[in-house]
Amino acid sequence: MTSALLEARGVGKRFGGVQALKDVSITIHQGEVYGLIGPNGAGKTTFFNVLTGLYPRDGGEVLFAGAPLNLASPHEVAKAGIARTFQNIRLFGNMTALENVMVGRHVRTHAGVFGAMLRLRSERAEEEAIRRRSEELLHYVGVADRANDLARHLSYGDQRRLEIARALATEPRLLALDEPAAGMNATETAALRVLIDGLRTDGLTVLLIEHDVKLVMGLCDRVAVLEYGEKIAEDVPAVVRADPKVIEAYIGTSAH
Amino acid sequence: MDIFLQQIINGLTTGSVYAVVALGYTMVYGIIQLINFAHGEVVMIGAMVAFTVITSLAGGTLPAPVILLAGVLAAVPTCMVIGYTLERAAYRPLRHAPRLAPLITAIGMSIILQHLALLVWGRNPMAFPQIMENPVILVGGAVITGVQIGIILLSFTMMAALTWFVYRTRFGIAIRATAENVRVAELMGVNANRVIAATFVIGAGLGAVAGVMFGTYYGIVHYTMGFTLGLKAFSAAVLGGIGNIAGAMVGGILLGLVEALATGYIGDLTNLCRWPGLGTSSMLAERCVDGGNFVVFGSNYQDVFAFLMLILVLVFRPSGLLGERVSERA
Repeated sequence: MTSALLEARGVGKRFGGVQALKDVSITIHQGEVYGLIGPNGAGKTTFFNVLTGLYPRDGGEVLFAGAPLNLASPHEVAKAGIARTFQNIRLFGNMTALENVMVGRHVRTHAGVFGAMLRLRSERAEEEAIRRRSEELLHYVGVADRANDLARHLSYGDQRRLEIARALATEPRLLALDEPAAGMNATETAALRVLIDGLRTDGLTVLLIEHDVKLVMGLCDRVAVLEYGEKIAEDVPAVVRADPKVIEAYIGTSAH
Repeated sequence: MDIFLQQIINGLTTGSVYAVVALGYTMVYGIIQLINFAHGEVVMIGAMVAFTVITSLAGGTLPAPVILLAGVLAAVPTCMVIGYTLERAAYRPLRHAPRLAPLITAIGMSIILQHLALLVWGRNPMAFPQIMENPVILVGGAVITGVQIGIILLSFTMMAALTWFVYRTRFGIAIRATAENVRVAELMGVNANRVIAATFVIGAGLGAVAGVMFGTYYGIVHYTMGFTLGLKAFSAAVLGGIGNIAGAMVGGILLGLVEALATGYIGDLTNLCRWPGLGTSSMLAERCVDGGNFVVFGSNYQDVFAFLMLILVLVFRPSGLLGERVSERA
Protein backbone atom coordinates (compact mmCIF):
# COMPACT_ATOMS: atom_id res chain seq x y z
CA MET A 1 0.00 0.00 0.00
CA THR A 2 2.93 2.31 0.50
CA SER A 3 4.76 1.80 -2.78
CA ALA A 4 4.23 4.69 -5.17
CA LEU A 5 2.79 3.83 -8.56
CA LEU A 6 2.68 7.33 -9.94
CA GLU A 7 4.65 10.28 -8.74
CA ALA A 8 4.22 13.72 -10.27
CA ARG A 9 6.80 16.26 -9.17
CA GLY A 10 6.38 19.95 -9.81
CA VAL A 11 4.29 19.54 -12.94
CA GLY A 12 3.38 22.77 -14.70
CA LYS A 13 1.33 23.67 -17.75
CA ARG A 14 0.78 26.99 -19.47
CA PHE A 15 -1.69 27.90 -22.18
CA GLY A 16 -0.34 31.15 -23.53
CA GLY A 17 -0.46 33.52 -20.61
CA VAL A 18 -2.61 31.27 -18.46
CA GLN A 19 -0.83 29.18 -15.88
CA ALA A 20 -3.19 26.23 -15.82
CA LEU A 21 -1.01 24.10 -13.53
CA LYS A 22 1.58 25.39 -11.14
CA ASP A 23 4.09 23.10 -9.50
CA VAL A 24 1.67 20.24 -8.84
CA SER A 25 3.09 17.22 -7.04
CA ILE A 26 1.09 14.17 -6.11
CA THR A 27 1.85 10.58 -5.27
CA ILE A 28 -0.54 7.78 -6.03
CA HIS A 29 0.09 4.55 -4.16
CA GLN A 30 -0.29 1.10 -5.57
CA GLY A 31 -3.82 -0.22 -5.11
CA GLU A 32 -5.54 2.90 -3.85
CA VAL A 33 -8.38 4.95 -5.23
CA TYR A 34 -7.02 8.46 -5.42
CA GLY A 35 -9.41 11.34 -5.84
CA LEU A 36 -8.65 14.66 -7.45
CA ILE A 37 -11.22 17.36 -6.82
CA GLY A 38 -11.45 21.08 -7.17
CA PRO A 39 -13.82 23.80 -8.32
CA ASN A 40 -14.55 24.35 -12.00
CA GLY A 41 -11.48 25.43 -13.94
CA ALA A 42 -9.11 24.39 -11.18
CA GLY A 43 -7.01 22.46 -13.67
CA LYS A 44 -8.18 18.92 -12.94
CA THR A 45 -8.70 17.88 -16.50
CA THR A 46 -5.55 19.66 -17.64
CA PHE A 47 -3.55 17.73 -15.07
CA PHE A 48 -5.19 14.60 -16.30
CA ASN A 49 -4.35 15.34 -19.91
CA VAL A 50 -0.75 16.02 -18.99
CA LEU A 51 -0.51 12.71 -17.11
CA THR A 52 -1.97 10.73 -20.00
CA GLY A 53 0.21 12.32 -22.63
CA LEU A 54 -2.42 14.37 -24.44
CA TYR A 55 -0.70 17.63 -23.53
CA PRO A 56 3.05 18.13 -23.24
CA ARG A 57 3.96 19.41 -19.78
CA ASP A 58 5.95 22.54 -19.05
CA GLY A 59 8.37 21.53 -16.38
CA GLY A 60 8.32 18.93 -13.67
CA GLU A 61 8.59 15.21 -14.03
CA VAL A 62 6.34 12.20 -13.79
CA LEU A 63 7.53 8.85 -12.52
CA PHE A 64 5.43 5.83 -13.25
CA ALA A 65 6.31 2.60 -11.45
CA GLY A 66 9.66 4.14 -10.61
CA ALA A 67 10.62 5.04 -14.16
CA PRO A 68 10.25 8.40 -15.89
CA LEU A 69 7.12 8.39 -18.01
CA ASN A 70 7.84 9.19 -21.62
CA LEU A 71 4.92 11.28 -22.69
CA ALA A 72 6.00 11.61 -26.28
CA SER A 73 3.21 9.58 -27.80
CA PRO A 74 -0.14 8.54 -26.34
CA HIS A 75 0.20 4.94 -27.40
CA GLU A 76 3.43 4.69 -25.40
CA VAL A 77 1.57 5.95 -22.35
CA ALA A 78 -1.03 3.28 -22.89
CA LYS A 79 1.70 0.71 -23.23
CA ALA A 80 3.31 1.87 -19.99
CA GLY A 81 0.06 1.04 -18.24
CA ILE A 82 -2.08 4.15 -17.91
CA ALA A 83 -5.60 4.06 -19.32
CA ARG A 84 -8.21 6.74 -19.15
CA THR A 85 -11.78 7.68 -19.81
CA PHE A 86 -13.02 11.07 -20.91
CA GLN A 87 -15.22 13.68 -19.30
CA ASN A 88 -17.06 14.05 -22.58
CA ILE A 89 -17.41 10.46 -23.66
CA ARG A 90 -15.20 9.60 -26.61
CA LEU A 91 -16.21 6.19 -27.76
CA PHE A 92 -15.96 5.04 -31.35
CA GLY A 93 -19.63 5.69 -31.98
CA ASN A 94 -19.96 3.82 -35.24
CA MET A 95 -18.41 0.66 -33.90
CA THR A 96 -20.11 -1.92 -31.73
CA ALA A 97 -19.57 -2.01 -27.99
CA LEU A 98 -17.55 -5.19 -28.38
CA GLU A 99 -15.36 -3.66 -31.08
CA ASN A 100 -14.69 -0.65 -28.90
CA VAL A 101 -13.29 -2.91 -26.23
CA MET A 102 -11.34 -4.92 -28.80
CA VAL A 103 -9.54 -1.74 -29.85
CA GLY A 104 -8.33 -1.46 -26.28
CA ARG A 105 -6.71 -4.89 -26.54
CA HIS A 106 -4.45 -3.54 -29.25
CA VAL A 107 -1.86 -2.29 -26.86
CA ARG A 108 -1.21 -5.75 -25.42
CA THR A 109 -1.18 -7.70 -28.66
CA HIS A 110 0.60 -7.61 -31.96
CA ALA A 111 -1.71 -6.96 -34.85
CA GLY A 112 -0.09 -6.80 -38.25
CA VAL A 113 -1.66 -6.10 -41.60
CA PHE A 114 -0.17 -9.14 -43.21
CA GLY A 115 -0.89 -11.44 -40.32
CA ALA A 116 -4.50 -10.33 -40.42
CA MET A 117 -4.75 -10.85 -44.16
CA LEU A 118 -3.01 -14.19 -44.25
CA ARG A 119 -5.05 -15.56 -41.35
CA LEU A 120 -2.10 -17.22 -39.70
CA ARG A 121 -3.09 -19.75 -37.09
CA SER A 122 -1.49 -17.73 -34.31
CA GLU A 123 -3.33 -14.66 -35.55
CA ARG A 124 -6.69 -16.42 -35.44
CA ALA A 125 -6.02 -17.77 -31.98
CA GLU A 126 -5.03 -14.36 -30.69
CA GLU A 127 -8.04 -12.71 -32.24
CA GLU A 128 -10.30 -15.28 -30.62
CA ALA A 129 -8.64 -14.63 -27.27
CA ILE A 130 -9.17 -10.90 -27.72
CA ARG A 131 -12.83 -11.40 -28.47
CA ARG A 132 -13.31 -13.59 -25.42
CA ARG A 133 -11.46 -11.22 -23.13
CA SER A 134 -13.43 -8.28 -24.50
CA GLU A 135 -16.68 -10.09 -23.84
CA GLU A 136 -15.56 -10.76 -20.29
CA LEU A 137 -14.81 -7.09 -19.78
CA LEU A 138 -18.22 -6.08 -21.10
CA HIS A 139 -19.68 -8.51 -18.65
CA TYR A 140 -17.52 -7.13 -15.85
CA VAL A 141 -18.81 -3.58 -16.30
CA GLY A 142 -22.33 -4.81 -16.92
CA VAL A 143 -23.04 -4.06 -20.56
CA ALA A 144 -22.60 -7.55 -21.97
CA ASP A 145 -26.15 -7.56 -23.32
CA ARG A 146 -25.36 -4.61 -25.58
CA ALA A 147 -22.17 -6.13 -27.06
CA ASN A 148 -23.31 -5.97 -30.67
CA ASP A 149 -25.03 -2.60 -30.57
CA LEU A 150 -23.32 0.47 -31.95
CA ALA A 151 -21.72 2.42 -29.13
CA ARG A 152 -23.66 5.56 -29.95
CA HIS A 153 -26.93 3.72 -29.42
CA LEU A 154 -26.10 2.88 -25.81
CA SER A 155 -27.59 4.82 -22.95
CA TYR A 156 -25.46 7.46 -21.32
CA GLY A 157 -24.67 5.38 -18.27
CA ASP A 158 -23.85 2.37 -20.40
CA GLN A 159 -21.53 4.47 -22.56
CA ARG A 160 -19.62 5.50 -19.45
CA ARG A 161 -19.33 1.85 -18.42
CA LEU A 162 -18.26 0.87 -21.91
CA GLU A 163 -15.54 3.49 -21.79
CA ILE A 164 -14.28 1.95 -18.57
CA ALA A 165 -14.32 -1.51 -20.17
CA ARG A 166 -12.35 -0.17 -23.12
CA ALA A 167 -9.80 1.39 -20.77
CA LEU A 168 -9.55 -1.86 -18.79
CA ALA A 169 -8.86 -3.73 -22.00
CA THR A 170 -5.45 -2.09 -22.18
CA GLU A 171 -4.60 -3.89 -18.90
CA PRO A 172 -3.69 -0.68 -17.11
CA ARG A 173 -1.85 -0.48 -13.84
CA LEU A 174 -3.46 2.90 -13.34
CA LEU A 175 -7.00 3.61 -14.47
CA ALA A 176 -7.75 7.31 -14.74
CA LEU A 177 -11.42 8.25 -14.73
CA ASP A 178 -12.30 11.79 -15.77
CA GLU A 179 -15.62 12.73 -14.16
CA PRO A 180 -17.22 9.33 -14.61
CA ALA A 181 -20.35 10.35 -12.71
CA ALA A 182 -20.96 13.50 -14.73
CA GLY A 183 -24.52 13.51 -15.99
CA MET A 184 -25.44 10.31 -14.20
CA ASN A 185 -28.58 9.96 -12.13
CA ALA A 186 -28.48 8.69 -8.56
CA THR A 187 -29.01 5.03 -9.50
CA GLU A 188 -26.30 5.13 -12.14
CA THR A 189 -23.91 6.84 -9.74
CA ALA A 190 -24.54 4.20 -7.09
CA ALA A 191 -23.83 1.45 -9.63
CA LEU A 192 -20.66 3.26 -10.70
CA ARG A 193 -19.54 3.37 -7.11
CA VAL A 194 -19.96 -0.38 -6.81
CA LEU A 195 -17.97 -0.82 -10.01
CA ILE A 196 -15.06 1.32 -8.83
CA ASP A 197 -15.10 -0.40 -5.45
CA GLY A 198 -14.83 -3.69 -7.32
CA LEU A 199 -11.86 -2.41 -9.29
CA ARG A 200 -10.06 -1.63 -6.06
CA THR A 201 -10.89 -5.04 -4.67
CA ASP A 202 -9.37 -6.53 -7.81
CA GLY A 203 -6.15 -4.68 -7.08
CA LEU A 204 -6.34 -1.87 -9.61
CA THR A 205 -5.08 1.61 -8.84
CA VAL A 206 -7.61 4.29 -9.73
CA LEU A 207 -7.23 8.01 -10.22
CA LEU A 208 -10.64 9.62 -10.00
CA ILE A 209 -11.42 13.15 -11.03
CA GLU A 210 -14.88 14.08 -9.95
CA HIS A 211 -17.22 16.94 -9.33
CA ASP A 212 -19.40 14.87 -7.08
CA VAL A 213 -17.63 15.50 -3.79
CA LYS A 214 -19.83 13.05 -1.94
CA LEU A 215 -18.84 10.25 -4.29
CA VAL A 216 -15.15 11.08 -3.98
CA MET A 217 -15.19 11.38 -0.21
CA GLY A 218 -17.09 8.14 0.16
CA LEU A 219 -14.98 6.18 -2.26
CA CYS A 220 -11.41 7.40 -2.23
CA ASP A 221 -8.58 6.34 0.02
CA ARG A 222 -6.90 9.69 -0.39
CA VAL A 223 -7.91 12.97 -1.98
CA ALA A 224 -6.05 15.93 -3.43
CA VAL A 225 -7.67 19.30 -4.00
CA LEU A 226 -6.68 21.64 -6.79
CA GLU A 227 -7.51 25.32 -6.94
CA TYR A 228 -6.28 27.75 -9.60
CA GLY A 229 -3.83 25.13 -10.83
CA GLU A 230 -2.26 24.56 -7.42
CA LYS A 231 -2.61 21.72 -4.99
CA ILE A 232 -4.06 23.07 -1.76
CA ALA A 233 -4.59 19.82 0.12
CA GLU A 234 -3.80 16.11 -0.05
CA ASP A 235 -4.83 13.59 2.58
CA VAL A 236 -7.45 11.07 3.61
CA PRO A 237 -11.00 12.29 2.97
CA ALA A 238 -11.82 13.04 6.60
CA VAL A 239 -8.85 15.40 6.94
CA VAL A 240 -9.36 17.07 3.57
CA ARG A 241 -13.00 17.68 4.32
CA ALA A 242 -12.07 19.55 7.48
CA ASP A 243 -9.30 21.61 5.87
CA PRO A 244 -10.20 25.32 6.05
CA LYS A 245 -8.53 26.03 2.70
CA VAL A 246 -10.68 23.41 1.02
CA ILE A 247 -13.83 24.71 2.63
CA GLU A 248 -12.93 28.19 1.47
CA ALA A 249 -12.24 27.00 -2.09
CA TYR A 250 -15.57 25.27 -2.29
CA ILE A 251 -17.87 27.51 -0.37
CA GLY A 252 -15.86 30.70 -0.59
CA THR A 253 -15.52 33.21 2.19
CA SER A 254 -14.80 36.78 1.31
CA ALA A 255 -13.79 37.61 -2.24
CA HIS A 256 -10.09 37.89 -2.99
CA MET B 1 -33.55 -3.22 -74.87
CA ASP B 2 -30.26 -4.57 -76.19
CA ILE B 3 -28.52 -1.20 -75.90
CA PHE B 4 -29.83 -0.85 -72.38
CA LEU B 5 -28.55 -4.27 -71.31
CA GLN B 6 -25.28 -3.72 -73.15
CA GLN B 7 -24.64 -0.42 -71.43
CA ILE B 8 -25.53 -1.92 -68.04
CA ILE B 9 -22.85 -4.55 -68.57
CA ASN B 10 -20.32 -2.02 -69.82
CA GLY B 11 -21.15 0.32 -66.97
CA LEU B 12 -20.84 -2.44 -64.41
CA THR B 13 -17.38 -3.23 -65.76
CA THR B 14 -15.98 0.30 -65.70
CA GLY B 15 -17.92 1.02 -62.53
CA SER B 16 -16.29 -1.79 -60.64
CA VAL B 17 -12.87 -0.51 -61.70
CA TYR B 18 -13.85 2.97 -60.49
CA ALA B 19 -15.06 1.46 -57.24
CA VAL B 20 -11.76 -0.30 -56.57
CA VAL B 21 -9.80 2.87 -57.29
CA ALA B 22 -12.24 4.96 -55.25
CA LEU B 23 -11.54 2.77 -52.23
CA GLY B 24 -7.96 4.04 -52.22
CA TYR B 25 -9.16 7.64 -52.07
CA THR B 26 -11.82 7.06 -49.49
CA MET B 27 -9.76 4.98 -47.04
CA VAL B 28 -7.01 7.57 -46.90
CA TYR B 29 -9.50 10.40 -46.62
CA GLY B 30 -11.41 8.59 -43.91
CA ILE B 31 -8.34 8.47 -41.73
CA ILE B 32 -6.36 11.63 -42.34
CA GLN B 33 -8.79 13.79 -44.34
CA LEU B 34 -6.32 14.00 -47.17
CA ILE B 35 -7.32 13.74 -50.81
CA ASN B 36 -4.42 11.77 -52.18
CA PHE B 37 -4.40 13.13 -55.70
CA ALA B 38 -1.43 10.94 -56.54
CA HIS B 39 -3.58 7.83 -56.23
CA GLY B 40 -4.60 7.93 -59.92
CA GLU B 41 -0.91 7.93 -60.83
CA VAL B 42 -0.28 4.93 -58.61
CA VAL B 43 -2.99 3.11 -60.58
CA MET B 44 -1.32 4.18 -63.83
CA ILE B 45 2.05 2.86 -62.66
CA GLY B 46 0.38 -0.43 -61.76
CA ALA B 47 -0.89 -0.70 -65.32
CA MET B 48 2.53 0.26 -66.71
CA VAL B 49 4.47 -2.26 -64.64
CA ALA B 50 2.06 -5.01 -65.64
CA PHE B 51 2.39 -3.87 -69.25
CA THR B 52 6.17 -4.27 -69.12
CA VAL B 53 6.07 -7.66 -67.45
CA ILE B 54 3.35 -9.05 -69.69
CA THR B 55 4.97 -7.74 -72.87
CA SER B 56 8.33 -9.24 -72.02
CA LEU B 57 6.80 -12.61 -71.14
CA ALA B 58 4.22 -12.72 -73.90
CA GLY B 59 6.50 -14.26 -76.53
CA GLY B 60 7.59 -17.11 -74.28
CA THR B 61 6.14 -20.48 -73.50
CA LEU B 62 4.26 -19.61 -70.35
CA PRO B 63 0.48 -20.01 -70.46
CA ALA B 64 -1.48 -16.76 -70.71
CA PRO B 65 -3.08 -16.82 -67.24
CA VAL B 66 0.35 -17.27 -65.65
CA ILE B 67 1.71 -14.28 -67.57
CA LEU B 68 -1.23 -12.14 -66.52
CA LEU B 69 -0.80 -13.24 -62.94
CA ALA B 70 2.89 -12.39 -63.11
CA GLY B 71 1.94 -8.92 -64.32
CA VAL B 72 -0.40 -8.44 -61.38
CA LEU B 73 2.11 -9.87 -58.92
CA ALA B 74 4.71 -7.39 -60.14
CA ALA B 75 2.35 -4.42 -60.16
CA VAL B 76 0.85 -4.88 -56.70
CA PRO B 77 4.06 -4.80 -54.63
CA THR B 78 5.51 -2.00 -56.76
CA CYS B 79 2.47 0.14 -56.11
CA MET B 80 2.41 -0.79 -52.43
CA VAL B 81 5.99 0.45 -52.11
CA ILE B 82 5.08 3.65 -53.91
CA GLY B 83 2.03 4.14 -51.69
CA TYR B 84 4.12 3.60 -48.58
CA THR B 85 6.84 5.92 -49.81
CA LEU B 86 4.32 8.66 -50.60
CA GLU B 87 2.92 8.51 -47.10
CA ARG B 88 6.26 8.25 -45.38
CA ALA B 89 8.19 10.82 -47.38
CA ALA B 90 5.59 13.30 -48.56
CA TYR B 91 2.56 13.27 -46.27
CA ARG B 92 3.75 12.21 -42.82
CA PRO B 93 6.07 15.20 -42.38
CA LEU B 94 3.05 17.40 -43.10
CA ARG B 95 0.63 15.57 -40.81
CA HIS B 96 0.21 18.57 -38.55
CA ALA B 97 0.63 21.24 -41.18
CA PRO B 98 -2.36 23.28 -42.41
CA ARG B 99 -4.58 21.20 -44.67
CA LEU B 100 -3.62 23.02 -47.81
CA ALA B 101 0.03 21.92 -47.56
CA PRO B 102 -0.52 18.15 -47.93
CA LEU B 103 -3.16 18.78 -50.57
CA ILE B 104 -0.74 20.72 -52.75
CA THR B 105 1.95 18.15 -52.01
CA ALA B 106 -0.44 15.48 -53.28
CA ILE B 107 -0.86 17.34 -56.55
CA GLY B 108 2.92 17.69 -56.74
CA MET B 109 3.41 13.98 -56.13
CA SER B 110 0.91 13.27 -58.88
CA ILE B 111 2.92 15.36 -61.34
CA ILE B 112 6.20 13.77 -60.25
CA LEU B 113 4.87 10.23 -60.66
CA GLN B 114 3.38 11.09 -64.03
CA HIS B 115 6.66 12.41 -65.29
CA LEU B 116 8.66 9.52 -63.89
CA ALA B 117 6.36 7.28 -65.90
CA LEU B 118 6.96 9.50 -68.91
CA LEU B 119 10.70 8.99 -68.50
CA VAL B 120 10.44 5.23 -68.11
CA TRP B 121 7.69 4.33 -70.58
CA GLY B 122 7.77 7.18 -73.05
CA ARG B 123 5.14 9.57 -74.27
CA ASN B 124 3.23 7.34 -76.65
CA PRO B 125 0.18 5.29 -75.82
CA MET B 126 1.08 1.62 -75.77
CA ALA B 127 -1.09 -1.33 -76.71
CA PHE B 128 -1.70 -3.47 -73.66
CA PRO B 129 -1.06 -7.03 -74.83
CA GLN B 130 -4.28 -8.98 -75.16
CA ILE B 131 -2.92 -12.37 -74.29
CA MET B 132 -6.00 -13.93 -72.78
CA GLU B 133 -8.57 -15.53 -74.98
CA ASN B 134 -11.60 -13.36 -74.79
CA PRO B 135 -14.70 -15.49 -75.30
CA VAL B 136 -17.91 -13.69 -76.09
CA ILE B 137 -21.25 -14.56 -74.62
CA LEU B 138 -24.51 -13.30 -76.05
CA VAL B 139 -27.20 -12.54 -73.50
CA GLY B 140 -30.49 -11.10 -74.68
CA GLY B 141 -28.96 -9.17 -77.54
CA ALA B 142 -26.04 -7.87 -75.45
CA VAL B 143 -22.44 -8.97 -75.70
CA ILE B 144 -20.51 -9.92 -72.57
CA THR B 145 -16.83 -10.65 -72.93
CA GLY B 146 -14.76 -12.90 -70.75
CA VAL B 147 -12.64 -9.91 -69.76
CA GLN B 148 -15.71 -8.08 -68.51
CA ILE B 149 -16.81 -11.04 -66.45
CA GLY B 150 -13.29 -11.38 -65.10
CA ILE B 151 -13.10 -7.70 -64.14
CA ILE B 152 -16.48 -7.70 -62.45
CA LEU B 153 -15.77 -10.90 -60.52
CA LEU B 154 -12.29 -9.81 -59.44
CA SER B 155 -13.50 -6.37 -58.36
CA PHE B 156 -16.35 -7.73 -56.30
CA THR B 157 -14.03 -10.30 -54.73
CA MET B 158 -11.58 -7.57 -53.73
CA MET B 159 -14.34 -5.39 -52.37
CA ALA B 160 -15.73 -8.27 -50.34
CA ALA B 161 -12.25 -9.08 -49.04
CA LEU B 162 -11.63 -5.48 -48.03
CA THR B 163 -15.00 -5.27 -46.29
CA TRP B 164 -14.21 -8.44 -44.41
CA PHE B 165 -10.77 -7.14 -43.51
CA VAL B 166 -12.04 -3.81 -42.22
CA TYR B 167 -15.04 -5.17 -40.34
CA ARG B 168 -13.86 -8.54 -39.16
CA THR B 169 -10.17 -8.39 -38.29
CA ARG B 170 -8.70 -6.48 -35.43
CA PHE B 171 -6.40 -4.53 -37.70
CA GLY B 172 -9.56 -3.46 -39.48
CA ILE B 173 -11.04 -2.47 -36.16
CA ALA B 174 -7.94 -0.38 -35.49
CA ILE B 175 -8.37 1.29 -38.89
CA ARG B 176 -11.97 2.20 -38.13
CA ALA B 177 -11.09 3.40 -34.64
CA THR B 178 -8.34 5.61 -36.03
CA ALA B 179 -10.74 6.98 -38.63
CA GLU B 180 -13.20 7.94 -35.91
CA ASN B 181 -10.72 9.53 -33.55
CA VAL B 182 -6.97 9.32 -33.98
CA ARG B 183 -6.07 10.55 -30.51
CA VAL B 184 -8.38 8.25 -28.63
CA ALA B 185 -7.29 5.30 -30.77
CA GLU B 186 -3.71 6.12 -29.85
CA LEU B 187 -4.60 6.20 -26.17
CA MET B 188 -5.93 2.68 -26.63
CA GLY B 189 -2.53 1.66 -27.89
CA VAL B 190 -3.19 1.82 -31.61
CA ASN B 191 -0.08 2.88 -33.48
CA ALA B 192 -1.68 5.48 -35.71
CA ASN B 193 1.35 5.82 -37.97
CA ARG B 194 1.19 2.15 -38.81
CA VAL B 195 -2.53 2.28 -39.45
CA ILE B 196 -2.16 5.29 -41.73
CA ALA B 197 0.72 3.68 -43.64
CA ALA B 198 -1.34 0.52 -43.99
CA THR B 199 -4.28 2.34 -45.57
CA PHE B 200 -1.93 3.80 -48.18
CA VAL B 201 -0.43 0.39 -48.87
CA ILE B 202 -3.79 -1.36 -49.13
CA GLY B 203 -5.24 1.38 -51.34
CA ALA B 204 -2.21 1.26 -53.62
CA GLY B 205 -2.38 -2.53 -53.87
CA LEU B 206 -6.04 -2.38 -54.88
CA GLY B 207 -5.19 0.43 -57.29
CA ALA B 208 -2.51 -1.67 -58.94
CA VAL B 209 -5.01 -4.42 -59.71
CA ALA B 210 -7.45 -1.79 -60.97
CA GLY B 211 -4.74 -0.46 -63.28
CA VAL B 212 -4.16 -3.90 -64.77
CA MET B 213 -7.91 -4.41 -65.22
CA PHE B 214 -8.23 -1.03 -66.87
CA GLY B 215 -5.33 -1.75 -69.25
CA THR B 216 -6.75 -5.14 -70.13
CA TYR B 217 -10.22 -3.74 -70.73
CA TYR B 218 -9.33 -0.77 -72.90
CA GLY B 219 -6.24 -2.41 -74.40
CA ILE B 220 -4.20 0.75 -74.10
CA VAL B 221 -2.01 2.35 -71.46
CA HIS B 222 -0.54 5.83 -71.35
CA TYR B 223 1.33 7.87 -68.77
CA THR B 224 -1.57 10.31 -68.40
CA MET B 225 -4.25 7.64 -67.97
CA GLY B 226 -4.20 8.01 -64.20
CA PHE B 227 -5.45 11.56 -64.34
CA THR B 228 -8.95 11.05 -65.74
CA LEU B 229 -9.33 7.67 -64.11
CA GLY B 230 -8.27 9.12 -60.78
CA LEU B 231 -10.61 12.09 -61.06
CA LYS B 232 -13.52 9.83 -61.92
CA ALA B 233 -12.77 7.48 -59.06
CA PHE B 234 -12.48 10.49 -56.77
CA SER B 235 -15.87 11.67 -58.02
CA ALA B 236 -17.21 8.21 -57.28
CA ALA B 237 -15.83 8.40 -53.74
CA VAL B 238 -17.46 11.79 -53.21
CA LEU B 239 -20.68 10.53 -54.77
CA GLY B 240 -20.84 7.68 -52.29
CA GLY B 241 -19.70 9.83 -49.38
CA ILE B 242 -15.98 10.26 -49.04
CA GLY B 243 -14.50 8.42 -46.10
CA ASN B 244 -17.16 5.74 -46.35
CA ILE B 245 -15.95 2.39 -47.70
CA ALA B 246 -19.36 1.09 -48.76
CA GLY B 247 -20.00 4.51 -50.28
CA ALA B 248 -16.95 4.25 -52.54
CA MET B 249 -18.18 0.90 -53.84
CA VAL B 250 -21.73 2.12 -54.45
CA GLY B 251 -20.47 5.40 -55.89
CA GLY B 252 -18.09 3.67 -58.29
CA ILE B 253 -20.66 1.25 -59.64
CA LEU B 254 -23.29 3.97 -59.90
CA LEU B 255 -20.91 6.32 -61.69
CA GLY B 256 -19.97 3.58 -64.16
CA LEU B 257 -23.61 2.81 -64.85
CA VAL B 258 -24.68 6.43 -65.30
CA GLU B 259 -21.71 7.10 -67.52
CA ALA B 260 -22.39 4.08 -69.70
CA LEU B 261 -26.13 4.64 -69.98
CA ALA B 262 -25.74 8.34 -70.67
CA THR B 263 -23.09 7.64 -73.27
CA GLY B 264 -25.30 5.00 -74.83
CA TYR B 265 -28.34 7.20 -75.15
CA ILE B 266 -27.08 10.74 -75.52
CA GLY B 267 -26.47 10.41 -79.23
CA ASP B 268 -30.05 9.35 -79.89
CA LEU B 269 -31.56 11.78 -77.46
CA THR B 270 -29.77 14.79 -78.90
CA ASN B 271 -30.26 13.75 -82.48
CA LEU B 272 -32.40 16.68 -83.57
CA CYS B 273 -33.65 14.79 -86.62
CA ARG B 274 -35.56 12.49 -84.32
CA TRP B 275 -37.21 15.33 -82.48
CA PRO B 276 -40.82 15.66 -83.52
CA GLY B 277 -41.32 18.67 -85.74
CA LEU B 278 -37.68 19.66 -85.90
CA GLY B 279 -36.57 17.00 -88.33
CA THR B 280 -38.91 18.24 -91.03
CA SER B 281 -38.41 21.91 -90.29
CA SER B 282 -36.83 23.98 -93.03
CA MET B 283 -33.67 24.41 -90.94
CA LEU B 284 -32.78 20.73 -90.69
CA ALA B 285 -34.68 19.13 -93.54
CA GLU B 286 -31.58 18.99 -95.66
CA ARG B 287 -29.53 17.20 -93.01
CA CYS B 288 -32.24 14.84 -91.94
CA VAL B 289 -33.37 13.60 -95.29
CA ASP B 290 -33.07 9.83 -95.85
CA GLY B 291 -32.36 8.98 -92.23
CA GLY B 292 -29.62 11.58 -91.84
CA ASN B 293 -28.56 12.69 -88.38
CA PHE B 294 -27.91 15.92 -86.61
CA VAL B 295 -26.37 14.91 -83.28
CA VAL B 296 -25.64 17.73 -80.84
CA PHE B 297 -23.86 15.70 -78.18
CA GLY B 298 -22.21 12.43 -79.18
CA SER B 299 -20.72 9.67 -77.09
CA ASN B 300 -17.44 11.61 -77.03
CA TYR B 301 -19.05 13.51 -74.17
CA GLN B 302 -18.58 10.41 -72.04
CA ASP B 303 -16.21 12.02 -69.55
CA VAL B 304 -18.59 14.87 -68.87
CA PHE B 305 -21.10 12.77 -66.97
CA ALA B 306 -18.80 11.79 -64.14
CA PHE B 307 -18.10 15.40 -63.37
CA LEU B 308 -21.68 16.46 -63.96
CA MET B 309 -22.65 13.97 -61.28
CA LEU B 310 -19.90 15.24 -59.02
CA ILE B 311 -21.25 18.78 -59.32
CA LEU B 312 -24.83 17.66 -58.69
CA VAL B 313 -23.78 15.72 -55.61
CA LEU B 314 -21.77 18.62 -54.25
CA VAL B 315 -24.73 20.95 -54.75
CA PHE B 316 -27.55 18.77 -53.46
CA ARG B 317 -25.94 16.27 -51.12
CA PRO B 318 -22.42 17.33 -50.21
CA SER B 319 -21.96 14.47 -47.76
CA GLY B 320 -22.62 11.91 -50.52
CA LEU B 321 -25.15 9.12 -50.80
CA LEU B 322 -23.97 7.15 -47.78
CA GLY B 323 -22.11 10.08 -46.30
CA GLU B 324 -21.14 10.22 -42.70
CA ARG B 325 -21.34 13.59 -41.13
CA VAL B 326 -18.03 15.23 -41.81
CA SER B 327 -18.14 17.73 -38.98
CA GLU B 328 -17.92 16.65 -35.36
CA ARG B 329 -14.25 15.94 -34.95
CA ALA B 330 -12.57 16.40 -31.63
